[in-house]
Amino acid sequence: MMRAGWLTALVWLLALALPAQAVEIEEWETNEGLRVLFVAAPDLPMVDLRLTFDGGASRDGDENGLASLTSSALRHGTAEMDADALAERFESVGAQFSTDSLRDMAIVSLRSLTEPDWLDSALDTLTDVLAAPAFPGSDFERARRQALQGLQRERQDPGSVASRRFYELMYGDHPYANWPGGERETLEALEPGDARAFYERFYTTGNGALAITGGLSREEAEAIAARISAALPQGPAAEPLPAVELPEEPVEERVDFPSEQAHIYMGAPTLRRGDEDHYALTLANHAFGGGGFISRLFREIRSTRGLAYSVSSRLQPMAVEGPFQIGMQTGVDQAGEAVTALREELTRWHADGIDADELDASRENVVNSFPLSLASNSDIVGVLGMMAFYDLPLDYLDRYVERMEAVELDALNARLRERIDPDAMVTVIVGGQE
Amino acid sequence: MRGKTLVTVLVTALAFAWPVVAPASAPEIESDVVEATLDNGLTVLVLEDQRAPVVANMVWYRVGSADEHSGITGISHLLEHMMFRGSEEYEPGEFSRIVSRLGGRENAFTGRDYTGYFQVIGRDHWETVMAMEAERMQHLKLQEDEFRPEMNVVKEERRLRVEDQPNSLLREQLMATAFFNHPYGNPVIGWMSDIEAYTLEDNQAWYDRYYRPDNAVVVVVGDVDAERVIDAAREHFGDIPAGDHSEAKPRTETPQKGERHITVEAPAELPYLMMGWKTPVLNTVDDPVDAYALMVASGILDSGEASRFAREIVRGDELAGSTSARYSPFSRLDDLFLIAAVPTRDTDVETLEAALLEQVQRLQEEPVSDSELERVQAQVIASEVYQRDSVRSQAFQLGMLETIGVGWQEGDRFVERVRAVTAEDVQRVAREYLVPQRRTVGILDPQPLDGEDPPGPEAVQPHGDTAGGM
Repeated sequence: MMRAGWLTALVWLLALALPAQAVEIEEWETNEGLRVLFVAAPDLPMVDLRLTFDGGASRDGDENGLASLTSSALRHGTAEMDADALAERFESVGAQFSTDSLRDMAIVSLRSLTEPDWLDSALDTLTDVLAAPAFPGSDFERARRQALQGLQRERQDPGSVASRRFYELMYGDHPYANWPGGERETLEALEPGDARAFYERFYTTGNGALAITGGLSREEAEAIAARISAALPQGPAAEPLPAVELPEEPVEERVDFPSEQAHIYMGAPTLRRGDEDHYALTLANHAFGGGGFISRLFREIRSTRGLAYSVSSRLQPMAVEGPFQIGMQTGVDQAGEAVTALREELTRWHADGIDADELDASRENVVNSFPLSLASNSDIVGVLGMMAFYDLPLDYLDRYVERMEAVELDALNARLRERIDPDAMVTVIVGGQE
Repeated sequence: MRGKTLVTVLVTALAFAWPVVAPASAPEIESDVVEATLDNGLTVLVLEDQRAPVVANMVWYRVGSADEHSGITGISHLLEHMMFRGSEEYEPGEFSRIVSRLGGRENAFTGRDYTGYFQVIGRDHWETVMAMEAERMQHLKLQEDEFRPEMNVVKEERRLRVEDQPNSLLREQLMATAFFNHPYGNPVIGWMSDIEAYTLEDNQAWYDRYYRPDNAVVVVVGDVDAERVIDAAREHFGDIPAGDHSEAKPRTETPQKGERHITVEAPAELPYLMMGWKTPVLNTVDDPVDAYALMVASGILDSGEASRFAREIVRGDELAGSTSARYSPFSRLDDLFLIAAVPTRDTDVETLEAALLEQVQRLQEEPVSDSELERVQAQVIASEVYQRDSVRSQAFQLGMLETIGVGWQEGDRFVERVRAVTAEDVQRVAREYLVPQRRTVGILDPQPLDGEDPPGPEAVQPHGDTAGGM
């Protein structure tokens, strides 16, 4: 398996440490209509591929858990290549293959060395799977049992219990209320044919995108994209998700749990990808709870009061309104105090906004840390995958810093008052006994 | 603690890290790491990597929970937290505010063998943070009103990571059972009653004793000029006086006299089985081949979906929903070769344990196949390349190897060493080390989450012999 020639070439490649270059994104569409984003990263002899499809749990319909089971079923191989053979083919050439299913996205990833024989073998295996995944009955049954065990694992974890309930209360009848891990009843009713149909409906060239980065020329990347695209089912983009009904009243729920800590979530559906308020709200949130050690929540809740190890807030822009959410954990006897403290901070943030110093500090962090977000191939393929999935314009990265720099304090605070409503938050507290 | 799980068996990858011909005749090839030792004993390691305009700056101290004695367990970890709460020059939180404004990402981690601090930051700012690290190496200002709330933060951290995580509880108690007097028996985060009893003086004594240049390693990886970095390190750290070091007591583990078993009862849905065998590591072993052979053995069992556990126990007989096998040659002291698994719904823990042990026995009875060895080697070679994708992971591995006493140069030999492992080596170390007299077994017995009836027939059967070690 080891080849002296290839190792020699590899050593040569590693010795040629090329100077840093700005990230230059190339874009094209394959013959079958698959959108491709590519960044050449010649310094390391490795390749990252990420396929994203609009086929996450928000596409489960009434069969909650279907997206997730379909995603795992891709690891079961094809009619000619069972799960053992599939794993052997990837791993014997050092390739890393993975699939994942979130609320918006279904993700298929491959990382490989660029050594031609090894890369070719890994790509062959990938395209075999994409062209004809088998969904064999016995493997499907095992995947179902593993998914059910996954639900048990979540039920013994107060953080997972809280997160699941938080999404249910925030999203009600909307597909984002679907827990990616599924429900026992719906999982038990699924059949291999459901996964096959889901695959053929959502894992298509018209409903997906491909991000590529690594030690490839444009021609090599095009050839790889063509192979992958030809293997995929063809089909149209999924219908847009329904709009989210924003809450108007506060909701609070406590759930008993035999834990030492209470897990607290507070938040509401807030932001779509591509929304122009993204920049202002990101800076506002950075100062509030998204900026790690320097944010208000960290200072007040953790450093001053010692109430929590982890306390933060985040904005999760999604295809339709994704959540603004605060999360923390604290000893059960302090849960009441913690919720009160969070509400005070939230109300003050909303009413008074952030000040000029906080804006400067947040902006400097966001602008100065920008190079870090593209420092590795992992970072790059992640950003490309996000851009491709949400159909962001190619100049999104180029303009990111200037958009952040253009945000003005008064406008920021006005957008904050408009978009965050402390009086219509969902609060979930899991832990302790009433 | 925060970065503890970063510890990986895959070590630093440096240019020319592996031979291009058969391992047996391979010359040892130098890497591009530049090393300097200052007059005060500070070690400085620099690796230039110009792929992106960023730099990882780290300071490692050779102190961790392995240095702690009973009553103050976790003090290294608390001190790590206190390093962010003020020094002579920077008021509490100011260090982090400066790093943040510069666009840096920072954190710290405590392990059994080390405590480390890092920033990943744009190439124009590495010297600023290096100077700040030098300042807090010598001028930390420990204050009661900063220390009290941080103790509570650490108590919350322990609740989050251990008390409410049944599998972590099992692991903690398994380690404490396996090691009677060797310090790896203590958890890195410390026992709760020790955390509650820390004093400011405990902090000060720990800081004074261990935060010294001769007990530290500075690692810088990224878009830098190595000579400039060494000069800057000399400028910022060079005047800090060395400490006087008393040798650590040996605390050699008392010989195990038979297999040990424990049961942990905790509110949970799923049973969990974990077992560990006392094994030497690179630092303590007579022949380094043994350590690498143990690593390959763990890879044969569980290093991906093609490994034996996934093939035969998860998919084949479907006795486990998930499995793991872990052995790292890289720690200061002897450690455990660990295997863990969650039984499937219709499997009792004893059946699962027997199946896992059958796999261990197979390692002892028959040589592993060439294709399995080649697969593990291919994964190691690929991972060596993949981990160069991150300046932080490269810096982590240099610092880790240096701090535990193996020396960063082991990274240069890593792939060669893995490739030198033969099927006979794997069989030999499995026979020598994976034996009952070195074994401790722990079982998580799930208790009802709702305080009502225990969870049905799939629940764990009490183990046949719980009278062991405890």
